[in-house]
Amino acid sequence: MADELGRKWDRCLADTALKTVTGVGIGIVFSVLFFKRRTWPVSFGSGLGLGMGYSNCQHDFRSPYLIHGRVVKEQS
Amino acid sequence: MLRVCLRGVKATAQKSSGRIRLTNVQQCREYTTGESSSASRVVAAGLLTVTGGIGGTIIYAKWDHKFRAAVEKNVPYSEWLLGLALGPVSQDSGLPIRKPMESIQPPSMLEKQMRTSKAKSEKKLKETTEHGAQDSGPASPQPAQNIQEASAEATQIISAISEVQSIPAPCDTEPTAAAATVFQDTKSAGTAEPLRERSAEEVAARLAQQNQDEKDIITSLSAQLDDSLASSAKATLQAIGAQEAALQAITQHTHKLKEAMEAEGPSEEKSTQWKDLEAALADRTTSVNDAKTALVKANEALDSLKSVIDKSKGLKITAARPLILAAEENLHKMVVDLDKVVSKVQSAESEAKIVAQYTELVHEAKQQFQREVSSLTPEIQANWKGLTGKLSTDDLNALIAHAHRRIDQLNRELAEQRVQEQIHMEAALEQQRAEDQRALDKAVGTAKQHVKEEARLEQERKLAELREVIEAEMRTQLRRQAAAHTDHVRDVLKVQEQELRAEAEQELSSKLLAQETRYRQLTQEQLDDFTLDMNAAYARLKGVEEAIDSHVEAEEEARKAHRLWLSVEALTYTLKTASTESPSMPLEDAAEAVRASCVENDFALALASALPEESLKRGVYSEASLRARFNSLRSLARRVALIDESHNTLYQYFLSYVQAALLFEKQQEVPPTQLRSEDLDPFKLLSYASYCLEHGDLELAAKLVNQLRGEARRVVEDWLIEARLTLETRQVISLLSAYANAVGLGTTQAP
Repeated sequence: MADELGRKWDRCLADTALKTVTGVGIGIVFSVLFFKRRTWPVSFGSGLGLGMGYSNCQHDFRSPYLIHGRVVKEQS
Repeated sequence: MLRVCLRGVKATAQKSSGRIRLTNVQQCREYTTGESSSASRVVAAGLLTVTGGIGGTIIYAKWDHKFRAAVEKNVPYSEWLLGLALGPVSQDSGLPIRKPMESIQPPSMLEKQMRTSKAKSEKKLKETTEHGAQDSGPASPQPAQNIQEASAEATQIISAISEVQSIPAPCDTEPTAAAATVFQDTKSAGTAEPLRERSAEEVAARLAQQNQDEKDIITSLSAQLDDSLASSAKATLQAIGAQEAALQAITQHTHKLKEAMEAEGPSEEKSTQWKDLEAALADRTTSVNDAKTALVKANEALDSLKSVIDKSKGLKITAARPLILAAEENLHKMVVDLDKVVSKVQSAESEAKIVAQYTELVHEAKQQFQREVSSLTPEIQANWKGLTGKLSTDDLNALIAHAHRRIDQLNRELAEQRVQEQIHMEAALEQQRAEDQRALDKAVGTAKQHVKEEARLEQERKLAELREVIEAEMRTQLRRQAAAHTDHVRDVLKVQEQELRAEAEQELSSKLLAQETRYRQLTQEQLDDFTLDMNAAYARLKGVEEAIDSHVEAEEEARKAHRLWLSVEALTYTLKTASTESPSMPLEDAAEAVRASCVENDFALALASALPEESLKRGVYSEASLRARFNSLRSLARRVALIDESHNTLYQYFLSYVQAALLFEKQQEVPPTQLRSEDLDPFKLLSYASYCLEHGDLELAAKLVNQLRGEARRVVEDWLIEARLTLETRQVISLLSAYANAVGLGTTQAP
């Protein structure tokens, strides 16, 4: 259990890095292809990637505390 | 009310603060550094509001006590402040409750006073009424005294037992008043008697003495009255007799005089008549004198009797009244008789005077005629009836002439008389009227006196009768009262007798009951003692038998215990096989051995089966490994100290990491005996747990670590489980070993 946190961090960082890089790549691609080599798709993509990684990280860390509920239809 | 006041105060404060604010704002416009003044303004407004609130509360508390009590109850230090400002709470409400109590007391005291004064007055009244009662007669005091003594004794008994006032028997209204007062007097005499025992006897003696004195006085008085009555009667009778004799003499004399005047007998008869007349006259005078003296004597005697009567009246003894009354009546009768006789005598005397006057006149006329005749015819004697032949014609003519002249004269006188008759008649009438008036007045006066006297005597007689009647009635009512009293006393005595009997019986029954219970108790005790002894003996016998049996058993037990102990020791030893990193050996075999060695021992069996599964299968970690693990865990737990269910964003994680880097706590801190809320900080808990672990107290460390919450808790969860496992296993094993030791100790016999 103590290792879990370390594992989570590993996953998190790896995931974030991957996503950021991927975002940057896609940003570059889009910038090159559709947006006339502007920088904003790159930053947009990196932001997107970071954001996704951050969100995933947070969700991963939060996962023990999340409550999963189901809608139960009332049976009258 | 409070809220209104506060609101008002606040509103005024706000208004004033608003004004101040306005001025301050104005000032602020001028000064660039307006912030400090605004701050002071705010402070001033705040202070004003607070002081206004407190002042208003104090003023209202002074006015309304309930509010003050509520404030003191709810606000902590308000009673000190209010006490300082207003003084202690006044005790107004306490007094009116006490006043009715005090006002109730005086009426009862007044009643008591009235009762005592009434008793005193009644006692006084009783004495006077007793005096008055004693005066009624020599015979009546005796039974009255007896009744009073008897009633006094009865009331003494009653008053000794209870303070009940006895009710007089229902009778007619008028006599009951007198009877009630008399009864009250006797009752008060009875209540007074416990205080002065002798009073009734003294009073009785005094009354007897008084009675005796009165009897003596009455006898002397009656003797006196009788004497004077007798003497006056004798004198009166004498006087009456003398008066009658005088009357007789007077009438005789008058009659004789009349006869002498009218009779025309021969001279010898005349002379005898005259002699008789003189004798009668002498008789009359003597008898009249006698009568006068006798009258005087009688008057004297009557006066003396009157004085005696007055003296006796002055003594005011009611017993003598009838005597006095009789004497007065006699006196009156005598006076009346005397007066009658005196008036008769006086009338006879007046008649006699008339007749005497008449005789005088006749005599004078005769004398005159004789003188005339003798002057005319000196030689002719008076008695001219026998001188028919001796007289000459001249003498006869002279005589006839004289006679004619005399007749003429007489006619003239007669005519004159007739003329003056009216005047004379009137004068005479006047004289007669005057005399009659005088006589009438005198007669009326005497008659009035007599009538007055008679009326007074009548009144006295009636009074005496009435008094007698009343006395008789009073006596009957008293007798009735006494009868009612005796009935009441009888009833009360009956009731008392019943009560006393009931009491005595109750006493007797209770004593009997007590005796019986004591007897039963004693027998029971004896039985119990015997039973106890028997039981003791039996028990000892049994004990001896058991001792012998248990000796055998004990050896068996000892062997078993030894086996158990050995197995438990083996179990304990398995624990020690744990190394720093790996857990111990599985405890399965050792537990099996323990179970085998304690087949019939339920407790040990239960304990042996209470070993957790994990420890049996896998074994437990040692304390040292746990300690090592904890140290690494500690840092981790510190790093995630801020993370829990609600705070688990990445930013929080960052903050938590920063906190862990920046916060320094003691490595090991002594945990307090009682955890407070500030000790639940994870850093503190970890230092406490570290301390405990360093000092070998795994249990407390586990407890402290158990207080972690959130992510820190999740991080140390595994460690906690392991610690719990180890603790559980150790506990069971220690229990078993303790049990085995105890059993072993129990079975070993001291040398």
